[in-house]
Amino acid sequence: MIRALDIKMLRDLRRLWPQALAIALVMAAGVATLVLGVGAYQSLSATRERYYEANHFADVFAGLTRAPLALKRDAEAINGVAAVETRIEKIALADMPGMSEPASVLLVSLPEGGRQVLNRIYLRSGRLPDPQAGEAVASSGFAKAHGLAEGSMIRVLINGRQRDIRISGTALSPEFIYTLGPGALMPDERRFGILWLPEVVLGPSYDLDGAFNSLSLSLVRGVNPDTVIASLDNLLDRYGGQGAYRRKDQQSHAFLDAELQQLRSMSRILPPIFLLVSAFLVNMTLSRLISLEREQIGLLKAMGYSSFAVVRHYGGFVTLIALAGIAIGLVAGIWLGAGMAKLYAKFFSFPFLVFTRNPAVYGTAAGATYAAALFGAVNAVREVAWLSPAVAMSPPAPQKYRRMLDGLPDLRIRFSQSAVMVTRHLTHWPFRTASSVLGVSLSVAILVGSLWSFGSIDHMIDVTFRRSDRQDAAITFTEARPQSALFAVRRLPGVMQAEPFRAVAVKFRNGPVERRVSLVGRRQDATLAQVLDGDLRPVVLPRHGVVMSDSLARLLRLRTGDMVTIEVLEGRREHHRVPVSSIVTGFIGLTAYMEIEAMNSLLGESPVISGTYIALDAGKRDGLFATLKETPAAGFISLQYIALQKFRETLAQNVTIMISVYAALAAIIAFGVVYNFARISLSEQGREMASLRVLGFTKAEISSLLLGELAIVVLMAQPLGWGIGYTFAYVMTEGFKTELYRVPLVVNRNVYAWASLIVFAAAAVSGLIVRRRIDRLDMIEVLKTRE
Amino acid sequence: MLININPADAFRGNGWAMENGPGPVFRVSNLCKTYRSGEVEVQALRGVNFEARSGEFIVILGPSGSGKSTFLNIIGGLDRATSGHARFRDHDLTGASEAALTRYRRDHVGFIFQFYNLVPSLTAVENVRLVTEIATAPMRPEDALALVGLEGRMDHFPAQLSGGEQQRVAIARAIAKRPDVLLCDEPTGALDSRTGIRVLEALTRANAETGATTLVITHNAAIAEIADRVVHFANGTIAREIRNSSRKEPSEVSW
Repeated sequence: MIRALDIKMLRDLRRLWPQALAIALVMAAGVATLVLGVGAYQSLSATRERYYEANHFADVFAGLTRAPLALKRDAEAINGVAAVETRIEKIALADMPGMSEPASVLLVSLPEGGRQVLNRIYLRSGRLPDPQAGEAVASSGFAKAHGLAEGSMIRVLINGRQRDIRISGTALSPEFIYTLGPGALMPDERRFGILWLPEVVLGPSYDLDGAFNSLSLSLVRGVNPDTVIASLDNLLDRYGGQGAYRRKDQQSHAFLDAELQQLRSMSRILPPIFLLVSAFLVNMTLSRLISLEREQIGLLKAMGYSSFAVVRHYGGFVTLIALAGIAIGLVAGIWLGAGMAKLYAKFFSFPFLVFTRNPAVYGTAAGATYAAALFGAVNAVREVAWLSPAVAMSPPAPQKYRRMLDGLPDLRIRFSQSAVMVTRHLTHWPFRTASSVLGVSLSVAILVGSLWSFGSIDHMIDVTFRRSDRQDAAITFTEARPQSALFAVRRLPGVMQAEPFRAVAVKFRNGPVERRVSLVGRRQDATLAQVLDGDLRPVVLPRHGVVMSDSLARLLRLRTGDMVTIEVLEGRREHHRVPVSSIVTGFIGLTAYMEIEAMNSLLGESPVISGTYIALDAGKRDGLFATLKETPAAGFISLQYIALQKFRETLAQNVTIMISVYAALAAIIAFGVVYNFARISLSEQGREMASLRVLGFTKAEISSLLLGELAIVVLMAQPLGWGIGYTFAYVMTEGFKTELYRVPLVVNRNVYAWASLIVFAAAAVSGLIVRRRIDRLDMIEVLKTRE
Repeated sequence: MLININPADAFRGNGWAMENGPGPVFRVSNLCKTYRSGEVEVQALRGVNFEARSGEFIVILGPSGSGKSTFLNIIGGLDRATSGHARFRDHDLTGASEAALTRYRRDHVGFIFQFYNLVPSLTAVENVRLVTEIATAPMRPEDALALVGLEGRMDHFPAQLSGGEQQRVAIARAIAKRPDVLLCDEPTGALDSRTGIRVLEALTRANAETGATTLVITHNAAIAEIADRVVHFANGTIAREIRNSSRKEPSEVSW
C-alpha cells in the first residue's frame, strides 16, 4: 500500500498542478536549449566530418598558372603527402536563360574516366559527362536555381568563345558546400555555380593540354601541413604558384566552419545561461512554495516524523516535478535538435545527415536542473524543519513593519492604505523581493540575450552595404588590366560612376602568425567603396602603409604603427615590410587596404587594376548586363543588391532558426516565473486578503494589492533585465566571432521593448489567472480557522 | 523508508532506561521559558512545578498568556525550556536532543490541537494512517476512527467534515499509536457546546480505553468537572490545583 505521506505528496502535486507544470516547463526549457543546441551542432559537425571523409576532401590546396602533368609525381613525392589530384579550374561567364545579369561558373576538370582521387563529387542525378558530347555536370544548387536537369543546355563563354554545354547530371561536392563567386561576400547559387567537365574538353580550350593549374592533396595523418605547404610552394614557384593553403583557408570550408562555429557558440553560451536561469528560478519558486507548507511541516514533526523524513518528503515532491520537467525538456530538446539539424543540413546541402546522440549532454542538463531543484527544496524545508514543531506550527509571529518615511508623517497621508500595504510588504522582505525582481529580470535578460542579434545583423548590413560598400556592383576582370579598362567600363551603358580597384592575394605575417587575405588597393578619393574607422567615418587611404580591419589586426597582434610583412602570392612573389597606418571597422571577412598607386608601386607593376566598382542607373541595368555577357574580359560581376539579399538569407536564416527557438523557450521561462510569482504571493497573502474581504473591501481593492505588488516587481525588474541581457549579448558576440564575421554588439531599443512586452504579457496573463482566484476566495474559511 | 524504532532502544541509546511503574508519568520542576521575539522578551513560564500519574485526566485552566500552551508544548517535546527540568517517567525532556524528542513524540505522545491540523490532502483514514505508519504498536486506523464514532466517514477529506468531526479525526489520529500521554490544546475551543461534548466524550473514552495520561488545556471552566484534577495557570506559574472528588460525564456538563 502507498504510504499516507506519499499519498499526501501525490495529492499536493495534483492540487498544485498548474504551478508544478509551470515550474516543470521552466526546467524543460533550460534542459531543451542545451540538448537541442549541442545536439544540432554535433549532428552537423559529425555529418560534415563523414561527408569530407567519404568524398576525400583534400587537406591542402594550391592554385598556379600552368604546370606540366609530370609535376604531379614530384608533388606525390613530398614527405607526408598521401594523394595528389591535379586539375584545371577556370572562371567563365554563363548566359542563363531568363536572367538578365550575367552568371559566372567555375569550370573544373574531371580526370579521364571520371574517377577523382580527391574532392570527389557526389552525383545527385544523371551521370558523368561524356567527353564526346560536350557535356558537364552542374553543381546542384546552381542547377536547382535555374531549373537545370539532365539534358538542359546552357551557353558558356569559354576562353572568349561561346559554347553550348549539355547538362549530364547534377552533383554536390565537399569542396563547394558554399560557392562564392570571386569578390562576392555571400554565396549566391543563382549567379555562381560549378560545372565539372572532362579534362580532355577543358584542357585544349584553355591551352592547358597535358597541364594543370590547380592542385590539391591529402596528407598522411599526423603530418604538419606547414612543412608540406612549404615544399609545395617551392615546387610550384616556377609555375606561377599562388601559395598553397590549408583546408581551414579553403573558402567553402571556412564559410561552413564559421556557420558551425556560430551554432556551437549559440549552443555553448545561450543554453548554460538558460539552464542557470531556469535553475535559479526553480530554486526560488520551490523554496517559496515550500515555505507555505510551514504548518504542515510542524504537524508532521509533532507527530514524530524526523526532520530528515520531512526533508525527504518534500525532496520527493520536487523530484517528481523535476522528473517531469527533465523528461519534457529531453524529449523536446532531442526532437527540436533533430529537426534543426535537418533544416541546417538542407541549408548546407549535405547529401546525408548523421544524427548524434550525446548521453553526457543529457546527463549534464538533467543533473544541473535536478540539483538546482533539490537544492531549492531542501533549503526551504530545512529552514522550517529545524524549527521546533511548536514554533513551526504556529504561524510566524507578526512581522515588525516599519514606516518607510519615518519622521515625515505628513507625506504618508497622500498614499492610500493599500499602497502602503504593498510597499511595506515589498520592503519588509528585501531579500525575497530582490530575488523575485532578479528572477523576473533574468527572464527579461534571456529574451534580450536571444533577440538582440536581429538588430545587430541590421547594423552589420547598414554599415557594410550602405556606408562602406556603397557601389551598386563590382566588375572583376579575369586578369589585371591597364588603367584604360576603367575608361572602357565608364563607357558601358548605365554606368554612372566607376572607381578602380586592385586586388592581390597576399600573406600577412607578423612573427609566427600569418593570414592569407586579399589586399585591396583603392583610390584616395574613392566615394563608392569606402573604408570606415571605428566611428564609421570614411578613412582616407594613406600614401604609405597598409590599412587593415580590426579583426585582422587582432589576429596578427598588430597595432597602428607596427610593421608587418606582406608576402605577395602572385607575380614576382616578393616580400615587403610595411607599416600599419590605421585600423578600421569591418564586420565581414579579414580585409586589408592600400592606396592603389602605392600598391602598384609596391608590387613593382605599371598602373593596373583588377576591376571596378560602379554606380548604376537602375533603368539601364539590363543593357549593361547584355553587354557584359559579350565581354570576355569581365570575369565576374558582383551586384550589391543581390549580395545584400543573399547576406540576409544566409546569415539571417542561420541565426534566425536558432534564435527563434531560443526566444520561444525564453518566453516560456518568463511566463513560468511570473505566473509562479503571482500564485505564490496569493497563497502567502490569501488569508489576509480574505480577511479584508470580510471587512468590506471589494474584490477590485484586494486584487489591486496583489497585482500592485506584481506590477512593481515586474517594473523594477525591467532595467535590471536589460542590463543583464546586454551582458549576455556581449558574451555572445565574443563567442560569435569568427574570421569571416564579427557580429557587432548592437542592442536596439526595440529589443528591450520586445523583451519587456513579452514579460508584461506573461505578467498580465498571470495576473488575470490570479485575479480569478482572488474572486473566489472563501471568506467563511478564514473566519472559521485561525491565522 | 522510516525505520520503526523500539522506544526502549531509542531511549537507551540516549542513556535513558524504560521504567513502567505506578510512579509519576511527568515530573516537572522549576520550569522556565522565555521567548524573545525581536526586541520583546516574554516570560511565558516562571518556575512551574508539576506531576502527573499514569492514566490521570487533567484539565489545565487559565487565561490567555498564562503559559499553559507553552507548558504543554514543552512536556510534549514540541519546544524546549529555557531552564528547569521536565521528565517523562525518568527521561529528561529538557536536555534531550532533537532526534530524541522526535522519537519521544513518535512513540509516547498524541497531540490534539484547537484547529485540528489535519492534512487537507488526506482523507480521515489516511490522516490516521500518517501516524500509525510510524508507530511501533498502533491500532488499526479504522479501529481508532470507530472509537471516536467516525467509522462511517473514513474516506472523507477534512473539507467534507464538520468541525466536530474533524476534531474527532484528530483524536483518532492521536490515540491510534496508543500513546502514553494525550496532550490536547483547546480541543473544543472552536466548537459549539453540543459538538464539543461529543469531542469530550471521545476524549474520555480514549483516556479510559488506552490508559493514556490526558492533559486538556481549556478556557472553559465547565470542562473542569470531567477531570480527575484541575490545574490553574496564571502569569506563567501554577496558581492552584484542585482534585475533583468525583468526575462528571461529558454529557452532564454544559456551557
